Amino acid sequence: MDLSLRHITHRYDEVEVLRDINLDIEQGQIVCIIGPSGCGKSTLLRMIGGLERPASGEVLQLGEPPADCLNPLTYIFQDFALLPWRTVEGNISLVLENHPLDAAAREEIIADVLARTKLSDFRKAYPRQLSGGMKQRVAIARALSVRPAVLLMDEPLSALDSQTRELLMDDLVDLWEKENYTAAYVTHNLAEAVRLGHKIVVLSRRPGEIRDIVEIDMPLSARTTENAELEAIQKRLWNLMRDEARAADMELLDE
Amino acid sequence: MSDETVGNQITGKPVPYRGGGFLPKSRKIVAPIVFILIIAFWEWGCRTGFISPLILPAPSEAFDAFMNLVNSGLLWQHLAASLQRLLIGWFSGTMLGIIVGTLIGLFSIARSGLQPLVSAIFPIPKIALLPLFIIWFGIGEGSKVATILFGTFFPTVIATYGGIDNVDRGLIRMGQSFGLTRMSIIRKIILPGALPAILSGARISAAIAIILLVAAEMIAAEYGIGAYILIAGSLMATDQLITGVAILSCIGLIFAWIIGKAEKYFLKWRA
Repeated sequence: MDLSLRHITHRYDEVEVLRDINLDIEQGQIVCIIGPSGCGKSTLLRMIGGLERPASGEVLQLGEPPADCLNPLTYIFQDFALLPWRTVEGNISLVLENHPLDAAAREEIIADVLARTKLSDFRKAYPRQLSGGMKQRVAIARALSVRPAVLLMDEPLSALDSQTRELLMDDLVDLWEKENYTAAYVTHNLAEAVRLGHKIVVLSRRPGEIRDIVEIDMPLSARTTENAELEAIQKRLWNLMRDEARAADMELLDE
Repeated sequence: MSDETVGNQITGKPVPYRGGGFLPKSRKIVAPIVFILIIAFWEWGCRTGFISPLILPAPSEAFDAFMNLVNSGLLWQHLAASLQRLLIGWFSGTMLGIIVGTLIGLFSIARSGLQPLVSAIFPIPKIALLPLFIIWFGIGEGSKVATILFGTFFPTVIATYGGIDNVDRGLIRMGQSFGLTRMSIIRKIILPGALPAILSGARISAAIAIILLVAAEMIAAEYGIGAYILIAGSLMATDQLITGVAILSCIGLIFAWIIGKAEKYFLKWRA
């Protein structure tokens, strides 16, 4: 299943936040969306998953999601969004309880996603007992449990310290190597974008417009930390963004 | 830094500690000691004549009055009548309050229609409405239960919708993003999220229920702790009055203890 964004424009009251965004998210691809803060990239992601309605334009689903898919467009949030009153397994079971699955099938899915995210020993733990990285792993396990067609990730690593971020980034790369998931990944971190993105979309500051789309052909597994080609791309992205970021930084926040 | 100072022995001064404090802890043994000291002082004051018996009866006299109450078998009748009114009034007031509070928390129409009404009626002392309640619900149990019901209803409504307003919108959005039904979101995300506020509302409404019990039993109540206190008051039987008040205080403590247990059980995820 592919996604296609056509002429997305959005405004809050009189303030235009997104202007004429056209973008394709193809199956098996990770599309990273970067831009200065307040450029509407998170808003755009919410529109892709149907959590917000654009003022004009539309998001199209091209083709059908796989038959076993329970929730085609599935989010991973920056703040994890775990229910504090449910254990790790309870948080995963929450998103399965609305589907016609018997207890055994549900249990099988939970055991499987916990094993894939190396969380099997923490089934009965409450979120408050887990570190930030572990919490985000639980959120990833929860997202995988509904067998999504497209993962929508809203700065999933931004709330974590830099070491944990490295570890989780490796996990995301490994996971992609194994399962070739499709994803839209919003971030303000250029290093994350060049490490994970097959396609990097650079948005301008408000109103967010697509300034450039950079494609990186290098396979994810080859993208090591000291790679001249990636660094060149990262530098190029920074040059694109620097003035925008500086101008965005000087803007008054009145939202 | 020059070599000279390194060579010399510099006598260091420890950095003075200025953190800490502002973290009161409750130490278990202090409360009983304070309690016993006050009672002991009170008893001592009465025995020595420092406190005139006209002003305040001795704790031992109040205890004698209590034993009279126990021996005559009237204690249980008073307690049974009061507890029945308290539990029915408080339970139905709280339940209705949670329902209406949830409606205000979830629906725009309920919010715009009922919230101002609740704000308008909440501050009215329900005691002032007692004559109306008697006309509406009869002079028997109806008006007494209604007074407690109305008194506990409003704080519960406010606690409930306040709790719902404070549920993390991110969690609700998460529920929507996973395609949870509206009912599931309410049952599994919003109500558990509002539960801490609802329980602290229950704490307040339990205290209000006990306060209103005395008011409700002012009129035409044969039995009841409130009635017992009022009769004692009108006869200037201050020893009985102290006994009755102490019983009410114990009921309040037991209620608070039960709600504390419920908080421990339902909110163990907070720790």
